[in-house]
Amino acid sequence: METKEASRAPVSQKAHIIENKDFEGKIGGTVSIEINEKKVQVPLGTTILDACRKNNIHIPTLCHHEDLCVAGVCRICVVEVEGMRTLQASCAFPITSPIKIKTSTPMVRKARRHIIDLLLSEHYGECYSCVRNNNCELQKLAKEYGVDSYTFGHVQKSKYPVDNSSFSVIRDIDKCILCKRCVRTCIDLQEVGVLEAVHRGHDTHINTFMEKDLADVVCINCGQCINRCPTGALHANDPSDEIWDAIDNPKKHVVIQTAPSPRAAIGEEFGLGAGHSMTYQLNSALRRIGFNAVFDTNFTADLTIIEEGTELILRLYKAVVEKNPQIKLPQFTSCSPGWVKYLEHFYPEYIDNLSSAKSPQQMFGSLLKTFYAQKRGINPEDIVSVAVMPCSAKKFECNRPEMTDSGYKDVDYGLTTRELAKMIKEAGINLPEMPKEHFDDPFGDASGAGLIFGATGGVMEAAIRTIVEFVLGKKTEDVFEKANVLPVRGFEGIKYVELPLGTEMGPVPEIIKHLVPNWDWLKGVTLKVAVAHGTANAKKIMEDIKAGGKFSECHFIEFMACPGGCIGGGGQPIPTSPEIRKKRAEAIYAEDESLELRKSHENPNVVRIYEEYLTDGPCGHISHKLLHTHYKPRGRYIA
Amino acid sequence: MEEKRKGAVLFSDYERGSAIKKLRDLSREDILFELKESKLKGRGGAGFPTSTKWMLTAAAKSDIKYVVCNADEGEPGTFKDRVLLMEYQALIFDGMVIAGYTIGAKNGIVYLRGEYSYLLDSLETYLMKMREDNLLGKNIAGKEGFDFDISIRLGSGAYVCGEETALIESLEGHRGEARNRPPYPVNTGYLGKPTTVNNVETFASVTHIVMKGGEWFCKHGTDKSTGSKLFSISGDCSRPGVYELPWGTTIQELLDIAGAENTKAVQVGGASGICLPKSQFDRKLAYEDAATGGSIMIFNEERDMIHIMNNFMEFFVEESCGQCTPCRIGNAKLLEGVKMLESGEYTFKYINKLKELGQTMQVASKCGLGQSSSNAFLSILENFKDEIFNVRKGGNHGN
Repeated sequence: METKEASRAPVSQKAHIIENKDFEGKIGGTVSIEINEKKVQVPLGTTILDACRKNNIHIPTLCHHEDLCVAGVCRICVVEVEGMRTLQASCAFPITSPIKIKTSTPMVRKARRHIIDLLLSEHYGECYSCVRNNNCELQKLAKEYGVDSYTFGHVQKSKYPVDNSSFSVIRDIDKCILCKRCVRTCIDLQEVGVLEAVHRGHDTHINTFMEKDLADVVCINCGQCINRCPTGALHANDPSDEIWDAIDNPKKHVVIQTAPSPRAAIGEEFGLGAGHSMTYQLNSALRRIGFNAVFDTNFTADLTIIEEGTELILRLYKAVVEKNPQIKLPQFTSCSPGWVKYLEHFYPEYIDNLSSAKSPQQMFGSLLKTFYAQKRGINPEDIVSVAVMPCSAKKFECNRPEMTDSGYKDVDYGLTTRELAKMIKEAGINLPEMPKEHFDDPFGDASGAGLIFGATGGVMEAAIRTIVEFVLGKKTEDVFEKANVLPVRGFEGIKYVELPLGTEMGPVPEIIKHLVPNWDWLKGVTLKVAVAHGTANAKKIMEDIKAGGKFSECHFIEFMACPGGCIGGGGQPIPTSPEIRKKRAEAIYAEDESLELRKSHENPNVVRIYEEYLTDGPCGHISHKLLHTHYKPRGRYIA
Repeated sequence: MEEKRKGAVLFSDYERGSAIKKLRDLSREDILFELKESKLKGRGGAGFPTSTKWMLTAAAKSDIKYVVCNADEGEPGTFKDRVLLMEYQALIFDGMVIAGYTIGAKNGIVYLRGEYSYLLDSLETYLMKMREDNLLGKNIAGKEGFDFDISIRLGSGAYVCGEETALIESLEGHRGEARNRPPYPVNTGYLGKPTTVNNVETFASVTHIVMKGGEWFCKHGTDKSTGSKLFSISGDCSRPGVYELPWGTTIQELLDIAGAENTKAVQVGGASGICLPKSQFDRKLAYEDAATGGSIMIFNEERDMIHIMNNFMEFFVEESCGQCTPCRIGNAKLLEGVKMLESGEYTFKYINKLKELGQTMQVASKCGLGQSSSNAFLSILENFKDEIFNVRKGGNHGN
């Protein structure tokens, strides 16, 4: 993407590819090296770690992460390089000459064991009381290196208080091993920059700006730091105890909505590889746990498409036909609460570009305590509404003071995939063995368009499927093969697509006929859309818009705070990697293609809710009260 | 102001600006040749050949390059750069101009340790004077296209910023933490550009080498450690101060010069150096023997070695940058060990484990700080074991 480099990460932390001016003209060359006396050829510039892994030689790592730039600080991956006095961190050493590497010498083994012993000596707490028990990289290493005692002692007293100020992310710095993955995630991957090492020497620890609480800094709650923390130093704010209480309370009607991304990933918590969709097994498991009703968030994703799509059409109409200068374009999606908070902090002047449509989670929340409560004759006060999300920011979102349009807290608890897996295990259920069951009425099953919200480009694809049919009067299948809008798919950081609408317009569909008379004003228009995932990419687009670049001429832009979109969310199973995210996305797209219903506007339950409840149509008064919201310009500086 | 110092090399006579004016008749190859002849090694302590460093920076392909003067004199017991900065600005700045000319840089930066901020005014005044005399700025000394200027930046007091990559991080406005090497600053330095970072004394030596030649320089010192060295002598002696002595001077000779009596131990190379007992006072101060960036601390018979160890370890626990495991936690563990030795509550088994840990720190730490932070602990433990284990009786000496 030709956008201005907007990063503010230190140069030294940006070294994804280790720069060496000596490589000029040698790109593509290989070098012959020896690993443990075996000759191998590797591309010039390969790190020792990658060279070893490609040759099936295991090197332990802690600070290294596939998604992040090099740090070389934990030193667990050290190896011997012939002729060098010191050991070399294999993750940080680019091979540029025919070196000889030894990966398991007495010096190397002793150093690694020392490093583990040192980390354990300062790692406060016990494994059995840790959220990451059995999924902790330090614990795994201790086992791998046969640690059976604390060689250099073990810290007996807590050094730092737990920061549980945030609705989303809890910091328990006593468990931190200073790998700085969170720091690199925050500043380099996400370009938010909330976390940094503070103080020096033995007092070094990770903290926020001015050592404030996490709730009081510009944290966007994306939770990407949690996904990359090797230990339990960072974890999500877990509401499962409250949810159990509600389930156990016979007076409460506890309902749960499940988002598509947790369903595509939760199998990983039960020993399945990435990419196994558990949608229907999850329904039966949730009922077995004791939830009174199980709903599909995709229903409100479909509703989002209608509301947000209508909003877009109205914005375009007002801008093109009425020439209203107040109208802000491009319209930005608003379903990612991490992205919303990012914009509120860093680009508050663009708040009016955000679609006023709520996220699917919050739309569901307000409908559950109004429409559903009425339909079922339940006092909304007795409804406890839980949302299982791939996301830590959803916990913050449901606690936003404006999210009470039903008269109650619209969504009571945001639950992550990891936390739900824990609840299921606690209930003695082995998810993959559960029978497949459908969602509960009155919302029932939803369309594939809602489903693909989980992957980057999904919202845009869902919108395009509907807009094509609304505006052109054609089947999406006639424009995109099998209705798969491939140009907006994939993991490229920023995608930009132009869709010339042509001159053959269809009739205005019934549902929005009262809003626009015809499509003549769109004749010859080229719809320009873009998709960005990860706030670092969002930042590139925002800087381009600020500078009046090509993205400022877009009509609609999808932003997702997390790399890969929701499937890579901060509430998803740990670990994460580009490969894992790819497989989760594949599971979602495969499920979409297996469905008959693949367009939001064709969802009969959506059509019905406009007939029965939201009777003045999309973006009407009722929908505005329940399904739309407003945002808060927060700025970068918080008092 | 004390009287004019006299010395064979660094403190020998020099007329300000004369080396810069000499550049009119010298090519960069000429300078690299003389440097190579001189066998000059970095005076900061690591002893990397200066000619190689400059050659690599000169060869790096980039329109923008930087010359950085490391004036972050932070090694405990070193104060010789301060003398140069106060009394021999010409040697330093002229050396930097020569470096700029040789590697093809237009910008020089002095990274001045925060505690030396009181020198800032006089240094800035001197730079102004150089600009007035066309020794800085455009077409320096009348040489067409030879542009170079120097700015001064202040450090903030972190010891680690004396490590060249941490220094560069600090210059860029980041936390002072060492970078991974490779890539080296000669390729990817300040702002990602080729950068040569040299010690104050190195630049001063270069200026003399340009004036008098590499061969002249080699007449001083030993075969492998050419020239002379400024030693900062402190501790139990009657004549502490900065001395210029040829490399190869023995520790005993130096003790005599400084008027030290009843000396028990000499810490060579500051906190990161090694502690030598009387039996090793015949060792030579040279890169090939007892290497030092200039710090010499003298301890007499009344000093307690555990107290000295404790002092050094406290220093490293605080001054480790905190990024890599061996240095951040390792030093704290060694300090705990010192406290155990002090109280007598130790086992030999555990002290041996700490020795092994100290050896790991030497090879597994990320930068020179961590790699040398256990030197004092290990050398005192080795060289003064009788005192440490026998004088302090009691406690658990089993196992």
